Amino acid sequence: MKLNALVLAGALAVVSGWAQAQAVDPLQVRSWAAACASCHGTSGVAQAGNESLAGVNKDDMLKKLLDFKTGKKPATIMHQLSKGYSDEQLAALATYFSALKK
Amino acid sequence: MMKRRQFVQTVGTAGSLGALGLMSGCATSGSGKGPKVVVIGGGYGGATAAKYVRMWSDYGIDVTLVEPNSTFISCPISNLVLGGSKTMADITTPYDNLVKRHGVRLVQDMVTRIDPEKRMVMLAKGGELPYDRLIVSPGVDFMWENLPGMAKDGAKDKVLHSWKAGAQTVALRKQLEAMPDGGVYALSIPLAPYRCPPGPYERACQVASYFTQAKPKSKVLILDANDDVTSKGPLFKKAWADRYAGMVEYRPKHKVVDVDAATNTLKFEFNDDVKAAVLNVIPEMRAGDIAVKTGMATANKRWCEVDFLTHESIAVKNVHVLGDSIQIAPAMPKSGHMANQHGKTCAAAVVALLTGKQPNQLPIYNNTCYSFVSAEDVVHVSSVHRYDAEKKTMLTVAGSGGVSSAANELEGRYAMAWARNIWADTLA
Repeated sequence: MKLNALVLAGALAVVSGWAQAQAVDPLQVRSWAAACASCHGTSGVAQAGNESLAGVNKDDMLKKLLDFKTGKKPATIMHQLSKGYSDEQLAALATYFSALKK
Repeated sequence: MMKRRQFVQTVGTAGSLGALGLMSGCATSGSGKGPKVVVIGGGYGGATAAKYVRMWSDYGIDVTLVEPNSTFISCPISNLVLGGSKTMADITTPYDNLVKRHGVRLVQDMVTRIDPEKRMVMLAKGGELPYDRLIVSPGVDFMWENLPGMAKDGAKDKVLHSWKAGAQTVALRKQLEAMPDGGVYALSIPLAPYRCPPGPYERACQVASYFTQAKPKSKVLILDANDDVTSKGPLFKKAWADRYAGMVEYRPKHKVVDVDAATNTLKFEFNDDVKAAVLNVIPEMRAGDIAVKTGMATANKRWCEVDFLTHESIAVKNVHVLGDSIQIAPAMPKSGHMANQHGKTCAAAVVALLTGKQPNQLPIYNNTCYSFVSAEDVVHVSSVHRYDAEKKTMLTVAGSGGVSSAANELEGRYAMAWARNIWADTLA
């Protein structure tokens, strides 16, 4: 029973992961992410004073972005910029940056 | 055996781009066998495009960057050199890393002519460069014909614009230093659109900041052709009222129509003449001369209309235009940050087009602009721009973007972090 549930959960994860991968073209996400590089560094590796995004935990980053978007987390500028993206686009960006080398 | 076959297939399908990158490495410029991209102008737009075309083609596309200046001098932060809290060295970055790290071929020269039929650019020092795709990012040039007095001998050396950071930034700082206390510094602003909407108002703050310390009886007089402050209005007006009370005077609807440099006099369309100890005239501007000359300034003969998916000119095939030279989309500023964003959008599209792929159909990018109201305190404006397939232009995303609630020191530190990061993203 427990094993079945695990298998089912695994299968669901694969399906939803596949659906996500199909929904967003990787080159498109690369271009969206490159817009962040002006402040957060080429390929997400920042110069002193701003946060690097390369290699961050995907879930932590998505939570942070969504909290900026809802206003739960205060910011000087990210609460304004995060509102320019759908939740799905923010998730795609978090996934992209989490896979980059620190 | 399997691996080798896969390798050969990869090389075949990628049009040998991957292979060239693999063999030549990052540090060498292309072997001459790959597709050729020429970039005109090494500012925020052109330098970014040059770097990203190299990176995103896995160093398989040859990129030649033609730029007349030996180093990159940033317009953003240059007002702080006028204010005295930064030096020219602080805003200067060499082009070395584009060459060493990314294998961009750098040619220090001016382009005199583009031949779109032969796909060739002609250089001032002689010689020509062939291209498969050309990226034109020449910034702005000034419409001196609208200020006839500026054609007189010596007028341009005496009445400065300092709207392209460099020698004129240094020269204007010297004029301010030489001005006796009690003098008036008059700054004239052209009708929008012009490069860097909040820039003139930041400059007024920076000069006032300098006067407060060094020449407290002096005055900053802003003469604006526009009906009101064009960017961050309430924030700038608050800075003038609270920090520089009695020193900064703002006069809207003052359109300069001529300048008498000999007597330091500004002449207006509707208002009385103004004389001042130091005149700083920002003339009306249009796309860089080379873009106009090539017939790409299709909007009012001033700005270049582009396809926002690729930045290709609507008038000239295989030629892409970036940065301040383009006919902007609604609510899109002419800014260094925006030019850097154009550079990456264009680079991705150029790499896609040269490798037989479809360019990204949904560009999304942002603008972030910080203005220093003193040596430390900053206000910002931000926006997110997304492609609208129906209107075929970039539109701001409803509900996104905004301004600072008040000038603050924390954003002063973020502004310098922004500068370090965008300089590295553009040039390193």
